[in-house]
Amino acid sequence: MSAPTLSTRKPSPAPRGHHRPAGRDSAREEFVRALRRNISAHGFLIGAVLCFSFFSWYPMVRGFFLAFQKTEDGRTTWAGWSNLSYVFNDPAFWQAWRNTLLFTVLALVLGFAVPFVIAVVLNELRHAQGYLRLLVYLPVMLPPVASVLLFKYFYDPGYGLFNRIFEFFHLPAQQWLQDPDTSMLSVVIAATWMNMGGATLIYLAALQGIPGELYEAAELDGAGLLRKIWHVTIPQTRLILSLLLLMQIIATMQVFTEPFLLTNGAGPEGSTTTVVYLIYQYAFNFNNYGSAAALGLVLLVVLAGFSAVYVRLSRSSED
Amino acid sequence: MRSAGFRRSRTRRTSAAALVTALALTALASCGTSSSNGEEDDSGSGSGSSDPSAPLDPKAEVTLSIDCMPPAAKAAELREWNEDIKAFGKIYPNVRINGKSTPGQCLEPPRFTAMLKGKSQPDVFYAYFTDLQQVLDNDGAEDISAYVTETSVPALKDIQPQVIDVARKDGKLYALPTSNYTMGLMINRKLFTQAGLDPNTPPSTWEEVRAASKKIAALGKGVAGFGEYSAGNNGGWHFAATQYGLGGDVVDASGKKAAFNDEKGKQVLQQLHDMRWEDNSMGQTQLLKWGDLQKRISTDKLGMFLAAPDDIAYMVQQLGAEYENFGLGPIPGGQGTLFGGNNYMIKKGSSPDRIKAAIAWLNFKNLSPGKGQFDWARTKKDQLPVGLPQPNFFTGRSKAADDAARAANATMPVENFKAFTDNPVQGKAEPPKAQEIYKILDVAMSGVLTNEDADIDKLLDTAEQQVNQVLANQ
Repeated sequence: MSAPTLSTRKPSPAPRGHHRPAGRDSAREEFVRALRRNISAHGFLIGAVLCFSFFSWYPMVRGFFLAFQKTEDGRTTWAGWSNLSYVFNDPAFWQAWRNTLLFTVLALVLGFAVPFVIAVVLNELRHAQGYLRLLVYLPVMLPPVASVLLFKYFYDPGYGLFNRIFEFFHLPAQQWLQDPDTSMLSVVIAATWMNMGGATLIYLAALQGIPGELYEAAELDGAGLLRKIWHVTIPQTRLILSLLLLMQIIATMQVFTEPFLLTNGAGPEGSTTTVVYLIYQYAFNFNNYGSAAALGLVLLVVLAGFSAVYVRLSRSSED
Repeated sequence: MRSAGFRRSRTRRTSAAALVTALALTALASCGTSSSNGEEDDSGSGSGSSDPSAPLDPKAEVTLSIDCMPPAAKAAELREWNEDIKAFGKIYPNVRINGKSTPGQCLEPPRFTAMLKGKSQPDVFYAYFTDLQQVLDNDGAEDISAYVTETSVPALKDIQPQVIDVARKDGKLYALPTSNYTMGLMINRKLFTQAGLDPNTPPSTWEEVRAASKKIAALGKGVAGFGEYSAGNNGGWHFAATQYGLGGDVVDASGKKAAFNDEKGKQVLQQLHDMRWEDNSMGQTQLLKWGDLQKRISTDKLGMFLAAPDDIAYMVQQLGAEYENFGLGPIPGGQGTLFGGNNYMIKKGSSPDRIKAAIAWLNFKNLSPGKGQFDWARTKKDQLPVGLPQPNFFTGRSKAADDAARAANATMPVENFKAFTDNPVQGKAEPPKAQEIYKILDVAMSGVLTNEDADIDKLLDTAEQQVNQVLANQ
């Protein structure tokens, strides 16, 4: 049996307004005592809470309301479902989702596999591992805008580095970012180069945590390199791989900076218009904050749904 | 089973969290209130007359914040700005002007939209002709109809009616112009001569443009004959200009329906596609936006592009090109030409004194022949461009005086613009929701310039559907 809680305590039968109930007094005293006891903790916390309130929670709540509002001639009114209807009827909406999913798939193929392979190779190296780690991480330290502008130069069909290399090997010049068929792949290559350093280091840390005895035992059983990776490395790093996969999907579905800077956002024939770029376009080019917020809400629901499915799947696989 | 202590501590934590959240939200609310009220209001110290027709009370101390002040990098323009403030201060010693400069362009659409949303625009703010609806949607500008008279703006009757009309909505005036332009065809005279073309007779039809473009591109060394934008809203802007030149339209008379998905719209895209892919005369690099073509023509890598006259000032002052190298012809087709420009609006909520002071400054700086931006003798002395056919919004006596002063102080060979000035094309205002429409049409422009197999009908169908949706949402 539990002790009576604050809510179940009966107040003293004093007349209303005469003096405060004893229960509320003691609760108040306890609250004040706790506040005094934890005053420094609250002091430290308040900055973070204010920051989160100002920059995260308030905009989220405001964004939710904006999705159902409309502003015309300075008057804001409730718009019902019209913003969502606008978004769903926009031909760019489906194109943006197709492009975003294409980016996500390509980014997973390249951005997930490449850092893992590099981490495995680095882990196998006996010499110069530190220098190579630094080299792999170096692009992460560059400001994203600088990296993107570098790639913009590499990709230029006229004087770009990549076409110069192709020319040297007598290969036909490519249009890279200028061709609707290759623009998204070009964006993914640049994004992978820019971001793989962090993932590689995380994989490397996970790989170095695998006990050497497991590899020795596998070798004694006659396992080759691929079988060691398949039967030892991947199972041992499964947790970190799953975590990074989820984070990567969430991050890639919100891609904005790379296409915005490499192809001015839309890209050739709208081939690099992503969902987040479309949100930006609604808000800052179309002055239509309602539809921007509505599309943000759609993206939130999709990502939340994906995360929920993922968590359920990973729990069931653990069981 | 959980203990009561645990529940109590949870209740306390919840209360503390609620308290902190309430405090935070209160802080947010107060922040919102202060920002929505705008900047400090010190215009009431003299408590002048609220009668719009009454002159500014000399006892009323007014401080005006104004954007688009020249940045430090533009030393001569900044010096002129400061001189004008000093001269204005002699007439209105009670008015203090706080200029605000921004590096690069005075107005970038995304930044402007965010500024309006945050109500952080200065008291007097710079806008494009196309921004009026957006500003009104955000309740951002004062109706200045009653304040703008021939007393407060003596040259008012000499300003082209269409330049004033773009600043009107439902009969109310919301802005005063600072500059206007009409589009034409910019040419590189050196490349024209090298290609055996006559630089004094720029192409006036699209057939001539295409033929000239082929000849210029044949010079080789990475030279393109004709260049076009297809990103940053500029592709759509030039689609509209080309469409107007052919006698077409972008939006119908009702302002509610797209009007570019027709034979003329197809012609605009088809001729660009053919120049890019059949003639290979437009260069390989596309997705260009404002600034890119100017750099190419300044370095003799481009023969022609559609432009406003003030591009020449940018190319000479910022990119180190020579005035002699450029010429200007009328828009190909010549059926109509897109006219645009920029103006200044006064922030909503400004006091009558502040509005009067703002109009006095705008009149002094931007709307008085022989003064401010029209003081061509000073502009020449400061080695800034004189002789461009822009701004060009005066008519009647004001125009005659301004043209004479401009010609007398010209710092560039104005005969190179003769084809443009001698063949004036009827100006046509930009469509409603212009920036939104331009953004959509960027995709169609980039489609034909980057995809040899682009489906022009499909590009126009999709753009039409999107534009109709944007127009229905206004």
